[in-house]
Amino acid sequence: MNGALGGPRFEKPIQRRNFLGMLAAWSFFGTIGAALLGALRLPMPAVFPESDSRFPIGKPEDFPDGSVIHIPRRRVWVFSDTGGIAAVSTVCPHLGCLVGREDNGNYTCPCHGSRFDATGKNVSGPAPRGLVWLDVSLGPDGRLIVDSGKEVDRGTRILV
Amino acid sequence: MAYSASRQFIRNLKALPATFFDSFIRHGKPTSDRAQTQTVVQNFFLHIHSSRIHKHSLKSLTTMGLGVMTLAMFIILCFTGTLLMVYYKPSVASAYDSIKDIQYVVPTGRIMRNVHRWAAHGMVILLMLHMARVFYTGAYKRSREFNWVLGMMLFVVTLGLSFTGYLLPWDQLAYWAVTIGSAIAASPTELTDAVSVTQYFDPGGQIKEVMLGAHFIGEEALIRFYLLHIVVLPILLCAILGVHMWRIRKDGGLARPASADPLPVQADITAAASPTKTFGLMAVIADRTPATDQEIDNTVPSWPRVFRIEAILLMLVLIVLVLLSLAFDAPLKEMANPEVPENPAKAPWYFLGLQELVSYSAFMGGMVIPGIVVVGLCLIPYLDREEEDIGVWFSGRRGRWVALISAVYSIVISVSILAFTVQFGWLRNWFPEIPQFIIIVINPGTVFVLACALWSIILLRVTNSTRMAAIGLFTCFLVCFVILTYFAMVHRGPNWDFFWSHADWPTVQH
Ligand code: HEM
Ligand code: FES
Repeated sequence: MNGALGGPRFEKPIQRRNFLGMLAAWSFFGTIGAALLGALRLPMPAVFPESDSRFPIGKPEDFPDGSVIHIPRRRVWVFSDTGGIAAVSTVCPHLGCLVGREDNGNYTCPCHGSRFDATGKNVSGPAPRGLVWLDVSLGPDGRLIVDSGKEVDRGTRILV
Repeated sequence: MAYSASRQFIRNLKALPATFFDSFIRHGKPTSDRAQTQTVVQNFFLHIHSSRIHKHSLKSLTTMGLGVMTLAMFIILCFTGTLLMVYYKPSVASAYDSIKDIQYVVPTGRIMRNVHRWAAHGMVILLMLHMARVFYTGAYKRSREFNWVLGMMLFVVTLGLSFTGYLLPWDQLAYWAVTIGSAIAASPTELTDAVSVTQYFDPGGQIKEVMLGAHFIGEEALIRFYLLHIVVLPILLCAILGVHMWRIRKDGGLARPASADPLPVQADITAAASPTKTFGLMAVIADRTPATDQEIDNTVPSWPRVFRIEAILLMLVLIVLVLLSLAFDAPLKEMANPEVPENPAKAPWYFLGLQELVSYSAFMGGMVIPGIVVVGLCLIPYLDREEEDIGVWFSGRRGRWVALISAVYSIVISVSILAFTVQFGWLRNWFPEIPQFIIIVINPGTVFVLACALWSIILLRVTNSTRMAAIGLFTCFLVCFVILTYFAMVHRGPNWDFFWSHADWPTVQH
């Protein structure tokens, strides 16, 4: 029976000697494993090299009624109409490419072809959700501040 | 005494070339069987081969030299890569410039970079061909199961090497290809989003953070990729490769059909008494033992035959690479610009099939399907344990037919799925409000997988053979891979739209 493939090998009751041997083996692997786990914590970053999620985009006058302004460095579109000013992230909610705006106001993503309508709602392609609208507020110095870490409902605008 | 010692010294000095050579090569000219055996056994680099090899293994159709050529590519990659490291600087500020220097200023830099790039692509191609040959000759069976698993590890590590290397030039191509690639790694987020638990449990985000050391591709990512590319993955590959080669010897050489060891024609007493094992002590010292029966022993000394073949293959690979590198330069676009995406942004070619699947659903295409494929391929030798026709291409006539029909089937299926998706879109286009979860579960990618699985189940029923089912499944996988890759490479243009050819792409973009 001994050495045959499959079950029989494991059916014998564990003997004391074997048990001690197994204990030794497991303590060896346990030690090495624990050491490895500890060591592998290192590559997981604790601090991210990121700039502040809040950034000023300019004075309200810089965004006249009806304007659509792209700020590539900040990855946002800023819209302004009679309803107020809004910021929409250009980061595709699928896998993080940057969407482009077409002449008709719709958006498409170059990476896997997600499409969004003019309000950022996803209409086709793999994107699981619409483009993210970002919080816009008026800072103490009179400049508009966008918070790319704070999502607001689609259609939210700020009146200034 | 002093006199004779100095005479002796002079004599030693004169004999130095000869004694040095003898100490270096400790056997005579490899003319006899015995000396040929010693040539192999006593050389550190050669002794990874067994001293004798079966005649069947030497036939060109047995391996087509594919494993050896993959290895040759790897050796060339290590060599050229080390040279590139002399000038390459892994930092966002200088990586691109250092590659430009290598390309335009460093003497022979251009050709070394070209060879490195084309060899990287070549290694992936040869690796897949090698895997296909191992599969179709049934060489993964009986005692070689684990070597197949080791092969799969080599497959994954090789892809990892190619992918991490892709970022290093820090040009637009590299930057956006790696953006796509690392986004695939983060795709579990799609699932956790769909069931809204990402806040608490975000494995996708964590994978991406560990990989990139940040939430975007920057300095941290470049250092990490560089480290993986030049230290971690090559060492891992060498270690696994060592075991891969060693196992071939321990498994008694390459897989071969029973017909490669014919029983002696006349069953005389000597022959009947000797074991049919292919090499034992008797064989090793063949030229001293008149009793050895050549009809039973189908092995020959490895020296010089195997080494001649290997040398030829290495030369062939090297020549092809150098010619390619003289004719075509490795691509280098403008410096990476995180603000302006390439359109279309395409992953490296071996991930293009995945990119197409990811364009249906990130999680299904980027995680589940590749997971199923890798685990499925690893399990093949454990699920198909039929022992007939090992070492025979396609296991004979029936297998050839199965492979052919499976190829036709999977071409038809994959072309129809792609055509349907391009023509009619998918669930989101028909039901805009559909929950994402349903799309993750039901998308063209899952249809691909189901079609392949269904086919191999049918084959299992019809042929009553696990080997035939495996041939069907593997063929489907191979064909789907090729077609998806081709489709994404040729027919996907700006915005991942369908185009018949590159010429139809809209000219004004951005
Ligand atoms: C870095 C990549 C790899 C290298 C350098 C490599 C190298 C080799 C070499 C030199 C051989 C001897 C026979 C021949 O030349 O074909 C071999 C045999 C073998 N390889 Fe690989 N290989 C690699 C990857 C793989 C992969 C991806 C698989 C499958 C998943 C695999 C499975 C096998 C098996 C099962 C054998 C034994 C074949 C037999 O007995 O006929 N290898 N490999
Ligand atoms: S990242 Fe935008 S569609 Fe995939």
